[in-house]
Amino acid sequence: MQDISLHILDIAENSIAAAASRIEITIIEDWERDLLYVEIRDNGTGMDEETVQRALNPFYTSKPGKRVGLGIPLLAQAAREGGGSFDIESEPDGGTKLIATFVLSHPDRKPLGDVDGTVQMLQLTHPEIKLEYEFVRK
Amino acid sequence: MKLKPEDLDKISQRMKATTILREGAGRVKVTVHMGTCGIASGARDILGAFLKHIEEIDAKDIIITTSGCAGLCSHEPMATVELKDEAPVKYIDLSVDKVSRVFKEHVMGGEIVKEFALAIGSERIS
Repeated sequence: MQDISLHILDIAENSIAAAASRIEITIIEDWERDLLYVEIRDNGTGMDEETVQRALNPFYTSKPGKRVGLGIPLLAQAAREGGGSFDIESEPDGGTKLIATFVLSHPDRKPLGDVDGTVQMLQLTHPEIKLEYEFVRK
Repeated sequence: MKLKPEDLDKISQRMKATTILREGAGRVKVTVHMGTCGIASGARDILGAFLKHIEEIDAKDIIITTSGCAGLCSHEPMATVELKDEAPVKYIDLSVDKVSRVFKEHVMGGEIVKEFALAIGSERIS
């Protein structure tokens, strides 16, 4: 993935596949703390604890007929390489929240990219989804 | 950030209205494959190109949607064009320029662009 906005698109497509009707994307660019915070939260089917653990394995997927599930592992890797962290909170029927953080000044942090474009594409192709998007710069 | 919450509401309302209008009357369905492999290969630009062409002619009878990986990751970005009552055609290794031809010749003209097409038909998941 060239930039973080493409990771966000990928994760949001997962949310849609998980029957989410609401997706919230929050980005905080905090230059005081040298931190980029990316949160994607949905109200989809969610995952149990075991599935959350397996979701970080690129050779695990819950999709039938597939052998790899790269979206979450790639975002986690991007966060690690950018000096940050990655976390998933989820529960069955309780939705999923993914948090990726990056050190803003880290030389290996990917650029944020066109998040507006990503959000617009999602809304254009999935008008039935309630999308919430917040960008905060400090 | 230039995008405001009210902008998203407007997009949603506009697309919902169009969807209602074309329900049962869609002449063409275009599916852009947006699995991880597709997105990493440029599927967002492909989707954007299709949307731009649709908007330019204000088409109301073209349904555009996304789906996951079609299982041919090395040929991404891919899109499937399905004219009403005809078999779907899968286009591979797309670029924005190729989309212009697919849109003009197949989506609007009804003629398959054979040089960009992989196959006619849908994939099966067993």
